[in-house]
Amino acid sequence: MDYEVVIGLEIHSELKTKSKIFCGCKNEFGGEPNTKCCPICLGMPGVLPKLNKKALEYAIKAGIAMNCKISRFSKMDRKNFFYPDMPKAYQISQYDLPICYDGYVDIEVNGEKKRIGIERIHLEEDAGKLMHDPFGQGSLIDHNRCGVPLIEIVTCPDVRSAEEARILFETIKTILEYTEVSDCQMQEGSLRADVNLSVRPRGQKEFGVRTEMKNLNSLRAVQRAAEAEAKRQIAVIEKGGQVIQETRRWDDNKGESFSMRGKEEAMDYRYFPEPDLVPIVVDDAWLNEIKASIPELPLSRKERYVNELGIPPYDAGLITMNKKLADIFEEAYKVCGNPKLASNWIMTDILRRINEQGDSVLDSLNGAKFGQILLFLEKGEITQASAKQALDTFLETGEEPESIINRLGLKVQRDENLVLAAVKDVIEKNPQAIADFKAGKTKAFGFLMGQTMAALKGKGDPAQVKKILEEQLNAAINE
Amino acid sequence: MSILNKTIKETSELLRARKIGVVELTREYIKKIEKDNENINCYITVCEKEALDAAEKAQKLIDEGEASPLCGIPAGIKDNICTEGIRTTCASKMLENFIPPYSATVVEKLLGQGAVVLGKLNMDEFAMGGSSENSIFGPVRNPWDNTRVAGGSSGGSAAAVSANMACFTLGSDTGGSIRQPASFCGVVGLKPTYGLVSRYGLVAFASSLDQIGPLAKDVTDCAIILNAIAGFDPMDSTSVNKEYEDYTQDLEKGVQGIRIGLPKEFFDIGLDDDVKEAVLNAVRQLEALGGKAYEVGLPSIKHSVPAYYIISSSEASANLARYDGIRYGYRSSKARDISELYRLSRGEGFGREVKRRILLGTYALSSGYHDELYKKALKVRRMIFNDFNNAFENCDVIAAPSYPVASFKIGENIQEPLKMYLGDIYTAGVNLAGLPGLVVPCGRDKNGMPIGIQLIGKAFSEKLLLRVGYALEKAVGTFRPGEGN
Repeated sequence: MDYEVVIGLEIHSELKTKSKIFCGCKNEFGGEPNTKCCPICLGMPGVLPKLNKKALEYAIKAGIAMNCKISRFSKMDRKNFFYPDMPKAYQISQYDLPICYDGYVDIEVNGEKKRIGIERIHLEEDAGKLMHDPFGQGSLIDHNRCGVPLIEIVTCPDVRSAEEARILFETIKTILEYTEVSDCQMQEGSLRADVNLSVRPRGQKEFGVRTEMKNLNSLRAVQRAAEAEAKRQIAVIEKGGQVIQETRRWDDNKGESFSMRGKEEAMDYRYFPEPDLVPIVVDDAWLNEIKASIPELPLSRKERYVNELGIPPYDAGLITMNKKLADIFEEAYKVCGNPKLASNWIMTDILRRINEQGDSVLDSLNGAKFGQILLFLEKGEITQASAKQALDTFLETGEEPESIINRLGLKVQRDENLVLAAVKDVIEKNPQAIADFKAGKTKAFGFLMGQTMAALKGKGDPAQVKKILEEQLNAAINE
Repeated sequence: MSILNKTIKETSELLRARKIGVVELTREYIKKIEKDNENINCYITVCEKEALDAAEKAQKLIDEGEASPLCGIPAGIKDNICTEGIRTTCASKMLENFIPPYSATVVEKLLGQGAVVLGKLNMDEFAMGGSSENSIFGPVRNPWDNTRVAGGSSGGSAAAVSANMACFTLGSDTGGSIRQPASFCGVVGLKPTYGLVSRYGLVAFASSLDQIGPLAKDVTDCAIILNAIAGFDPMDSTSVNKEYEDYTQDLEKGVQGIRIGLPKEFFDIGLDDDVKEAVLNAVRQLEALGGKAYEVGLPSIKHSVPAYYIISSSEASANLARYDGIRYGYRSSKARDISELYRLSRGEGFGREVKRRILLGTYALSSGYHDELYKKALKVRRMIFNDFNNAFENCDVIAAPSYPVASFKIGENIQEPLKMYLGDIYTAGVNLAGLPGLVVPCGRDKNGMPIGIQLIGKAFSEKLLLRVGYALEKAVGTFRPGEGN
C-alpha cells in the first residue's frame, strides 16, 4: 500500500537575552556548574519571578517573523511536574494564551514553495542539567541553565516527508538567526526539535496514531529520525499491528529509536495561571517598534536576489541561508556595483574559506571592505590573483583595502613602455618558444603570456599584455 | 508601668528622650522572652546576638538624630518571612534547618529603619491553620488564658504583642491569618490590600492571596509600621506602584458621616452571641461618634470558604512542590531511588494539615476536575469581588466579625478540619477580593477572651480603615491581658 507521512515539529529555541527570564543571572552557555544561578532561579522559598521584557520581545519578534498573530493579552502559567533538574517542581510556561499563534512559514522543496502552518509560539523557562557524578554513584545537578528563556514553536502537521521536516527545521533556524533572537547553537542544545509523526494510507483523511521523538539536535538527526520512524510505523501496520501513541527516544549513533513512555503514562501537568506574575499586555506602540526591528527574511531576500539581481537560484539560496553571509553579499555588491561578481566570489572564494576555517571567518569579513576590493577588480585596477592576495591580507590585518593594494603594489601595471620592455625581454630569452609559435603552435603563446605576466609580477593588465605581445610576436615573425 | 507595655510611639519617644537605651530596651524584651516563652511558645527562634548588634547600631542612629519612628524598636517576625542568616522554618520539619541567604523585602525595610529583630515567631505549618497548633514546635498559647489557642496562622505574632514579648510583629494573612489571631489575642492586626506590601521573601502559601501585615498594640502603631513596609517592590511583580501615603495622617479625623455597612449574611446564623454583641456594640459606638450604619448584602459570600480552600490549596500544591528533598530542606535517609526520595521526604517532612491541602489542591487542578473545581472557584472569586464592589457603593467601610467565636481551647478543634475551615467565613472573602481588613479589639466573651471587630475597606483604603479603627479604639480602649479590663 502507498502511505503518506504526516509530521509536525515542536522546536525549542533558547533566546539570547543577556539575563535569564525571571532573574538577573547571566544567560550564557557553559561555565563551572552552579555558578550562574541565584535564589530565584534555584526556586528557594519565598522568592518571586520577574519577567524579562527582552525575552518577551524576542518571542514576539520570532512570532512576527513567522507571520503569527500576537496576543495582546496573554499570561504565564505553571506546568507542574517533578523532575530533579527543575527546582520549583513546576515550569513557568504558557498554556491557553500563547504569546504568538496562527502563523506560517514558507519552505522550498525542490524549487517549489510550500506553506507550513505555525500553531503557536510560547515563552517558557529552561531547566537545569542532570549529570552523572564522576566520583560517586548518584547524579549531580547543574543549575546554570535553569531559567534560560526558551520559546517553543509548534508547527501544524503540514509536513509530508522527512526531507520536508529537515527543510522546515532549517528554515525556522534561519529565521531565528535572521531575527537575532537565538544563536541556534545546536551542539550546545540551544535549538532542539521534537518530531511528531504518523502515517496513513494515501487518500485517507483521518490522521494515524502518532509518536513523538524528543530532543533531536541536528538537521540530519531530524531527517533520519523521521525517515526511520515512518519506516517503522509502516512496517508495524504492514505486519497487521497497530502503532502505539508513545514518546520515543532517537539514538543517532544506532540510527533507531526506543520507546520512552506510553500514553497511559502521559502526565497531567495541572496547568493554572502563574499567580506571581501579572498578565502580559502588548500595546500598539511596542508591537510596532518590534515589527520595525524585523529584518528582511531569507526567502524574501532570495527571491529579490534572483529576480532583481540576476543571481542564480542555487547561489541565492546558499547565500541567504546564512544571514551574515547575505549581509556581506549585500554590502559588497552595493560597493562594487556588480552583484554577480560579488556572488561569484562568495560562492567560490568565501565558501572555500568557510569550509576551511569555519563560520568564524565571516566575523572578520567586512562586507563594505570586501566590496572595495571587488571594485578595484571590477575597474580592472587589480587582477583576480591580486584581489585574492588583497583579501588574504585584509582578513589577516584588517587594513584598509586601498592601503593594502598600494603597500603591496598590487595595482595593474599599465605603463606601455614597461610592458613593452618586459615583452621584448621575454621574446629575447625564449627563442625556442618563438620558434614554436612561428611553427604555428598556439600553446607557445600562452607560455609567453605567462612569462610576461610573471615578469610583471602578476600585475600586468592581461588584455594590454596580450595586445603588445601579439604585436611584438607578429613583428618578430615578419622580420 | 513597664517599658514593655508601651506602644511603638511611646517607646520611640522614651528612646529619643534618652530615658532608656536601645540595648537596655532590647535586653528587657529578651529577658521577658526568656521568662515567658516556655509558656506562651510564641518564639521559634530568638536571635539575641543579632538583636543586640542591631540595638547598638540603632542607638548610634538615635544619637545621630535619626528620625525614623521604628528606630530601636524591638520586633518579632513570623517564621515564614525570610531573614538572611537566621533560620526560617515555617514551623515545619521540612524547613527546620533552612537558613535563607536573603531577607524578605519587608525585613530589609524594617532593618533599614533601625528596627531590632528579636526573633522568629511560631505559626501553623506553612501558614495553614487557624490555631497555631499545626507546628512542629508545639502550639502557641493565648496570653489571656494559656489553655486556649492564640489563633492562627500568625498566632505567635499576635501572642508576642499581647504578651509584651515584642513591641510589634509582622504576620501574614492568606485567609484571615493576621486578623483572627489579632482578634483572639486582643491586639490590632491589619491585612493590607493585595499588592500594597511586597511578598518577596514571604514563603508562599497561596500567591494570589498572601499578604504580609502588622500586628501591634494599637491602631497608631499599625499605621507607623504600614508606613515602613508598604510600597512598590521591583522584586514583586504583583506589588502596586502607587504614590506614597502617610498612614499616620488623618487618624484623628473621626467618623462623622462615615457610612458603615453591615452585611446581613454575617450576622445571621453560626455567630457566637458574645461575638455578635461585641461587634454590634462597637458599631453603636461608631454611630455615637457620627458614623451611619446600613445593612448591605454580600450574596455570594456563602461560597467564599469552598472557593478559598480550592484556590489556596491549588496554589499551595504548586508552591510547596519545590520541597522535594533535593536542594535544601528535609531529606529522608531511607530513599533508594528518586521517586522514593520525593515520596518519603515529603511524606515525612510535611505535617497532616499541609498534606491535606496539597492533596486537595492537586485534586482540584487535575484534569477532569479542573473546570468543575478550580475554574468554578475562580468564578466565585469574581462574584465575591463584585459583591464587595456593589456593597461599597452604599458604604465606606464594612463592619464584620473576625471569627465566629472567641479563642477556643487548645486541642478542641484539632480533629475537626472542616469546622476550622468554616471559621474562615468572615475573613477569606476579603483575601479573595484582595481588600484590606483591620481588626481592632472591641470586647470580651463570657470566658473573658478578647473579641476583635473586622473593618473591611475598598482596595487601598487603609487610611480610612485606620481612621475608623482609631476612633473605635479611643471609644472602647485597648485590651491587655491581666490588666483587669
